[in-house]
Amino acid sequence: MASTPEPSPTPGWFEERIGLRSIRAFLAHKTVPVHAGTLWYYFGGVTLFLFVIQVLTGTLLLLYYRPSAAEAYESVQFIMTRVQFGWLIRSIHSWSANLMIFSAFIHMFSVVFLRAFRRPRELTWFSGIGLLGLALAFGFSGYLLPWNTVSYFATKVGTDMAAAVPVVGRNLARFLRGGNDVGGATLTRFFGFHVAVLPGATTLLLLAHLALVQKHGMSSPQWAVDDYGRKGQPVPQMPFFPNFFLRELMAWYAALGTLGFLAAVLPWELGVKADPFAPAPAGIRPEWYFLAPFFTLKLIPSHIWVFEGELVGLLGFGLLAVWWVALPFWATDRQGHERTRWVTGAGVALLAYLASFSALGYWR
Amino acid sequence: MKLTLMVFSIGIPLAAADSCIDCHSVLEGSLQAPAKSFANDVHARFGLSCADCHGGNRSETDPEAAMSKAHGFVGKIPRTAVPDRCAHCHSDARFMEKYKPRQRVDQLAQYKTSVHGKRLASGDLKVATCIDCHSVHDIRDVKNPLSPVHPLRLPETCARCHADKAHMAGYKLTTDQFASYRKSVHWQALAERGDLSAPSCASCHGNHGAQPPGVGSVAAVCGTCHVMMEDLYKKSPHEPVFAAMGAAGCVVCHSNHEIRPPSVAMLAGPTAVCSQCHDAASAGGMAAAEMSRQITSLEKALARSDEILATAQQSGMEVSEALLRQREGRENLVKAAVAVHAFRAAAVQKPVKEGLAIAAETYQAGVGALEERRFRRLGLSVSLIVIALTLLGLRLAIRSIEGGSTKTSSIAER
Repeated sequence: MASTPEPSPTPGWFEERIGLRSIRAFLAHKTVPVHAGTLWYYFGGVTLFLFVIQVLTGTLLLLYYRPSAAEAYESVQFIMTRVQFGWLIRSIHSWSANLMIFSAFIHMFSVVFLRAFRRPRELTWFSGIGLLGLALAFGFSGYLLPWNTVSYFATKVGTDMAAAVPVVGRNLARFLRGGNDVGGATLTRFFGFHVAVLPGATTLLLLAHLALVQKHGMSSPQWAVDDYGRKGQPVPQMPFFPNFFLRELMAWYAALGTLGFLAAVLPWELGVKADPFAPAPAGIRPEWYFLAPFFTLKLIPSHIWVFEGELVGLLGFGLLAVWWVALPFWATDRQGHERTRWVTGAGVALLAYLASFSALGYWR
Repeated sequence: MKLTLMVFSIGIPLAAADSCIDCHSVLEGSLQAPAKSFANDVHARFGLSCADCHGGNRSETDPEAAMSKAHGFVGKIPRTAVPDRCAHCHSDARFMEKYKPRQRVDQLAQYKTSVHGKRLASGDLKVATCIDCHSVHDIRDVKNPLSPVHPLRLPETCARCHADKAHMAGYKLTTDQFASYRKSVHWQALAERGDLSAPSCASCHGNHGAQPPGVGSVAAVCGTCHVMMEDLYKKSPHEPVFAAMGAAGCVVCHSNHEIRPPSVAMLAGPTAVCSQCHDAASAGGMAAAEMSRQITSLEKALARSDEILATAQQSGMEVSEALLRQREGRENLVKAAVAVHAFRAAAVQKPVKEGLAIAAETYQAGVGALEERRFRRLGLSVSLIVIALTLLGLRLAIRSIEGGSTKTSSIAER
């Protein structure tokens, strides 16, 4: 008969220093709701996983990348052709950036459709939107760094849009460019944003976001609460560790496989070195996640009444962003009833707008 | 009011009264047309008017007085007097300084040396004068794309007379120059690629002093642009032979107006121009065949590299350095084509040898890129298998933890 080993009277080396038992106890109590929408919970973790990939590959790229107009393109070319597995690191960095933003969008819309932004999770929603904004800023600043023709002119278009912002536009564009036009100073500045300012801000906001998720736990959608409530049961829960964690790990592996496939079969192109004195080539467009606003601005006439069309467009986007960020406030009426149809309608409308205008911006 | 008038008088020149324009604008047909079209004329832009060419007094409102001989009115200027009329201003350096200080003032002197000028002087009224090329009453700046002498429009302007059989009857000139020119590599560059520096009629024949280049000056005319070819040709064994034969240098092989893109087919084969004079077994024939063989070998080597590099690039491989080298290889192909004008196989050999070395290097780069692609795909396959196995392992681990059940209720009970 096997005897049960008695607990050691003295704590182990790690236990004494880290307190593994308390971490284990904490994980044992953490649970995740199980219902028809549980699948969507994984996208937050996938976004986090892709961010970690970004940090790791970005750090490796930093070993060879040179942030100057004279050397940036050549240094990326060197990474892709001379550095052992440099092509893989660069391709994974570029692809994971895009997948991370895609995953972040899925995460945001899943939060909307599962109503996970409801009280008391407003701050979690705000910090998440902030993180999405930072991810877009990462994408915008990183796009210029290879210093190729497409990225150069896309940055020119992007910073021109910033210049159209009322009152502060000119100064904002000058601040972004480090001068009157996109040039070497812009590249150095964008590099600074990309590797110092944005990672710092993202780390702080990410910690806040995770702490809030931890504090409030995973939200159960109202329909799941109601469904189980009618049966007189609470929404079933799954232990975070190891059940949910292992499933999340599967999602990470799937993301890793997708990244590897994309990097090997469709390696990220380097393009032609930027020539600031050359005319802009035809078909310049930003990255896919900026295509919808880009195409919308193209459709707006140059003048609407006495206002410049671009200004009206930017004001429209600004108001749309404020309205979207304020979602937790208008999602319930004064009596505290959820405006379910409004929220679903707004989510579907925004999703349809982003998908259709991005597709139109890509093909036209 | 006073202030307003003063501002206007300082900032904008007040339009002077012009009775010529005022009256002719309300007339009809050919009497009205000059007044209407003159608004677009470059001379109108500088404040000149009808009276500056036709005489008369534009400030007179009475037609009789405005067009009186006392005011020097000449009416329609005879064709023979047109060049001198234009030259009245255009040959006056001081006068032209005020409007176009960099413009030449020797057009009339040149015109008088031209075939057109000489024939006009002998009383031939069909030949071109200033207004036939530059237009009249709506004369535009030469750089204006609407001007009939803008580089893009000049061939058509010359062709208006030179392609007109009826007009050219009696001049012992063919009328196919324009049709031939439109098949040439020069027309392709000018009209299809929009290269305004590409040669058109005036580039070889001159503009105001237009005349066909003499037999002895053809090489110099072509050499204005094709400097290297002219230099090699002048040192070649062909130069003294062609000169003795009275043959017009470059034109012997390349034609004059219908200059086609050069190719190795000019050296050897059924359409070779060399074979028109040289037997295949002669020294000249063999040299031509050898030059053709060398250039063809470089063309094929570069095409082979292009193909493999394109495949690699389509697979997303980074081969921009090899593509840049490939351009150097193509430069050697151009150098080899230039070296043909020395008419010695040895002259062609050097650039061909250098080009072949580059082509071999770029081909190897392509082979390396495809090998790298194979390695990447193999690595991907192995990685995907490992990932798939890991996923399977994780799935089994979850099943084991959850007691083989995937039902959420049983998970929830744990």
